[in-house]
Amino acid sequence: MIPAPFDYYRPTDIAGVIALLEEHGDDARVMAGGHSLIPMMKLRMAEIPHLIDLQDVAGLGGITIDGSEIRIGAMTTQADLIDHEGLAAAAPILREAALQIADPQVRYMGTVGGNVANGDPGNDMPGLMQCLDAQFTLVGPDGERTVAARDFYEAAYMTARTDEEVLTCVSFTAQPGGAAYEKQKRKIGDYATAAAAVQLTREGSTCAAASIAMTNLSDVPVWSPAAGAALADTPVDDSAIKAAVDAALADIDPTEDNRGPVKFKRHVAGVILTRAIKSAWARA
Amino acid sequence: MKDEVESRDDRVANLKGLGSARKRVEDVRFTQGKGNYVDDIKLPGMLHGDFVRSPYAHARVKSINIDAAMALDGVVAVLTAKDLEPLSLHWMPTLAGDKQMVLADGKVLFQGQEVAFVVARDRYVAADAVELVEVDYEELPVLTDPFEAMKSDTVLREDLEDGADGAHGPRRHHNHIFLWEEGDKAATEEVIDSAEVVVEEMVYYHRTHPCPLETCGAVASMDKVNGKLTLYGTFQAPHVVRTVASLLSGIEEHNIRVVSPDIGGGFGNKVGVYPGYVCSIVASIVTGLPVKWVEDRMENLMATAFARDYWMQGKISATKEGKITGLHCHVTADHGAFDACADPTKYPAGFFHICTGSYDIPVAYVGVDGVYTNKAPGGVAYRCSFRVTEAAYFIERMIEVLAMELNMDAAELRRINFIRKEQFPYQSALGWEYDSGDYHTAWDKALTSVGYDDLRREQAERVEAFKRGETRKLMGIGLSFFTEIVGAGPVKNCDILGMGMFDSCEIRIHPTGSAIARLGTISQGQGHATTFAQILATETGIPADSITIEEGDTDTAPYGLGTYGSRSTPVAGAATALAGRKIRAKAQMIAAYLLEVHDDDVEFDVDRFVLKGAPERFKTMKEIAYAAYNQAIPGIEPGLEAVSYYDPPNMTYPFGAYVCVMDVDVDTGTTDIRQFYALDDCGTRINPMVIEGQVHGGLTEALAIAMGQEIAYDDLGNCKTGTLMDFFIPTAWETPNYVTDHTETPSPHHPIGAKGVGESPNVGGVPAFSNAVHDAFRAFGLRQAHMPHDHWRIWQIANDLGLHD
Ligand SMILES: Cc1cc2nc3c(=O)[nH]c(=O)nc-3n(C[C@H](O)[C@H](O)[C@H](O)COP(=O)(O)OP(=O)(O)OC[C@H]3O[C@@H](n4cnc5c(N)ncnc54)[C@H](O)[C@@H]3O)c2cc1C
Repeated sequence: MIPAPFDYYRPTDIAGVIALLEEHGDDARVMAGGHSLIPMMKLRMAEIPHLIDLQDVAGLGGITIDGSEIRIGAMTTQADLIDHEGLAAAAPILREAALQIADPQVRYMGTVGGNVANGDPGNDMPGLMQCLDAQFTLVGPDGERTVAARDFYEAAYMTARTDEEVLTCVSFTAQPGGAAYEKQKRKIGDYATAAAAVQLTREGSTCAAASIAMTNLSDVPVWSPAAGAALADTPVDDSAIKAAVDAALADIDPTEDNRGPVKFKRHVAGVILTRAIKSAWARA
Repeated sequence: MKDEVESRDDRVANLKGLGSARKRVEDVRFTQGKGNYVDDIKLPGMLHGDFVRSPYAHARVKSINIDAAMALDGVVAVLTAKDLEPLSLHWMPTLAGDKQMVLADGKVLFQGQEVAFVVARDRYVAADAVELVEVDYEELPVLTDPFEAMKSDTVLREDLEDGADGAHGPRRHHNHIFLWEEGDKAATEEVIDSAEVVVEEMVYYHRTHPCPLETCGAVASMDKVNGKLTLYGTFQAPHVVRTVASLLSGIEEHNIRVVSPDIGGGFGNKVGVYPGYVCSIVASIVTGLPVKWVEDRMENLMATAFARDYWMQGKISATKEGKITGLHCHVTADHGAFDACADPTKYPAGFFHICTGSYDIPVAYVGVDGVYTNKAPGGVAYRCSFRVTEAAYFIERMIEVLAMELNMDAAELRRINFIRKEQFPYQSALGWEYDSGDYHTAWDKALTSVGYDDLRREQAERVEAFKRGETRKLMGIGLSFFTEIVGAGPVKNCDILGMGMFDSCEIRIHPTGSAIARLGTISQGQGHATTFAQILATETGIPADSITIEEGDTDTAPYGLGTYGSRSTPVAGAATALAGRKIRAKAQMIAAYLLEVHDDDVEFDVDRFVLKGAPERFKTMKEIAYAAYNQAIPGIEPGLEAVSYYDPPNMTYPFGAYVCVMDVDVDTGTTDIRQFYALDDCGTRINPMVIEGQVHGGLTEALAIAMGQEIAYDDLGNCKTGTLMDFFIPTAWETPNYVTDHTETPSPHHPIGAKGVGESPNVGGVPAFSNAVHDAFRAFGLRQAHMPHDHWRIWQIANDLGLHD
């Protein structure tokens, strides 16, 4: 549990970060809260000769809420998300999901940017951000661009972000209606056996639109348009829920690990998603 | 001046003696981060060691190239088996009569096995150098299943002569270690063959690991000037380590000082001797500098001693009315690559033959086959006396299965088979003499406290509701009644590497009436500094707050066999009481002299000797202590000291009744423990608060083991559970509330009647949690499902029973 040697940098602005990334290319990596990266380094699964700490970089923090437009700086910690009353009012699913991530100690360090940039299928924020149709802002040598969360994940630890880019913020438009994040895990501090993010809007007694994403059930987060569509224009009754679950299960591809065999994971995914839909509908 | 006269009650309270809920004195330093653990020890010039470990579970080591590692700046030495061989230290004896490689000698037998030891000036350089050691392996077939191993042509232990006896008799296969038997096999089989009711079941107690908060480590320091070796380490038995180190190294025992500083939990993991200890010593001898080795969490989980891994094939017979008539058990014990169990020499399966439990079973037999596989060695007593938790789990599962077969309530089945109060001391069919017990009283108290009948009614209603489709949660009531055997043990039949399992206490009373006592044991969190002072306070009349308890330094403490198997209170605690009585006997003579009366005219009263019939004439212990050092008393030596070495006449037999009420979600396999009630009878209760703490801790470890904790391997022998992400350690969140209770049946042979309690909750807890899971599915016909009961395995039970259809 001792990392290989590395050089440590602590730049104060984005330009400084990008300059270092350009200089060292693949040998450099930014560090946010370090709670995914440092364990990998200690296990020597990641050898990073040049480690760039983002803690002192200006302009990466803060949560701003402008009507329904929400912007979360990359260095916002999961604890910050939980503590932010305005955010809890505007998009309560963020607090609900953040409270199910790791434990309080990890949440004081782990950041939103790190969680979504990491690309680990076990991370909870990517699925949630896909559900919310969030946009990720990336800044690199060629300037700024945004990539939709739904287009960001390519494979485990492979994302649309290039080696020289830094993710600076996550933004999305809060939707009316109800949302829920349900997660089954073995214990506090564990990644999901199965987790589901659901957001839906209600018109009278029917569901107008729904967005459904799932976590740790494939090598990337799984946003399932078919599952959402199965709920739209229905009263979210048992048959509609079943159709949505069937659609979502067709999109996931879990693998066996210590959390259990594939058959179990698929079953639990269905149960967890059913619960998330019911809970979101009750709140809509 | 009324308040000048202390009442007798005040004096008793002042002592904080037996029965007082005295706060733990050691917690002041632990809670302030002021403990002194092995890794806190820093000596001038100290070097750091780290291991190259095998990535393979079974492979030939064709070559080891250390050149690149040696070339790294800061590397001082890289040791391999070749370097240890001239010292005959490339192998070492295990506590179980086997031998174990210190560093890979030609082959490796489990993943994580020590291959080379890198010594460097800095911990980071050592880790970098480990990566630079080039080892050429040739993979060999891997055996992870003990049943397969007993059939396979693959020879794991090529060092053992084919066909030659092992330490415990004949070996019938090259991967066989021993067959150990107890009881009357023929008579048992006869009873079972002709019985009215027989059930047979395979009960597996999976492989797990003690996983103490502090991992294992050592700092060795050889002083070449005075020839003295000092060894700091995570040792549950420091005196035995000194003797072994002397025998292995040839350094005279007086030139070795072993120190166990604060230990962050042991649970059996720190009883044995590990390659890291040996390599640090050799490296210090070679370099002339102190060498530290501290393993990390993954090394601890993968390579240091595991626990359990017992396949227990049981048969139990009974009359139609449920009176048990016989018990038969055959165990296939997976010991891994070397037999490194920590058991008393004569008992290769520990005290597993306590497996008749709390029941009056007329005839019984156990046979245990030890088997080698390509897994880490161990088989230690993880928070239990040697193999006692396996035994308790086995019998408590067999009882449940029998109750199902008889269609009887499992609480009632236990009640009609308990050993009755008047049968104590009770001779068990497998050879033990149970010292004392009152099982029916404890059971009735437990069942009444939890409202047992109402719980069963609620459970029956839940099953009906489930069948009607109104709920997806079943309810389990987990019962467990356990009897432990602890306090090893009588020297006539218990030894570790030839050292009798007595223990000791040495007391010095200072002139001003305070004291220091040293014991042969070593606390790893049990609170010895608190409780042993309480024993002494009651025995000597010196307040516990004025007594320092010291353990763990072999240069100062009297010889003892250490702390494991709940032996500290039964053995060292007895020595402490008896040493205290020696102090008191001398104090009585001094008091009589000071009062100018005959010795028999004074009697002990709390903290003083009083003149019989005239209690206003007295001498306090404080006055007596002072007199012992400043007066010439005819016929009495100056000073006030005593030593006692205690050889227990028998083990002690704590017992308890636990009930766990659990809701089980059949769709997700998740559980919710609604209620957990634990009644413990540990004989005389020294400190109720310490007991409660021990019970909470032990139950939480039992929860972990039953509900998720395991050391698992894939087919290639890769350890799949080498980090705390996968190895389950419950947090406060997963831990239920516990209700504790007690009855008090003193041990008749122990000086203060105490029996030991630190391990009871683990022994009784595991069957309580596991039985709750099984009981939830009893209405649907579940007989046996193996632990750990993590989510997917519970889901699998429901799936197999068709509950998802
Ligand atoms: C015990 C434990 C339990 C955990 N449980 C969970 C859980 O249940 N659910 C969950 O979602 N997570 C869990 N985590 C992970 C935790 O939430 C991490 O903190 C998070 O995944 C990464 O955030 P970080 O700020 O620590 O990122 P870091 O570890 O610093 O970085 C992670 C990766 O993202 C990159 N990165 C970070 N910030 C940026 C940026 N701004 N731009 C570009 N790249 C960037 C880094 O280079 C690195 O590759 C757990 C962690 C631990 C230690």
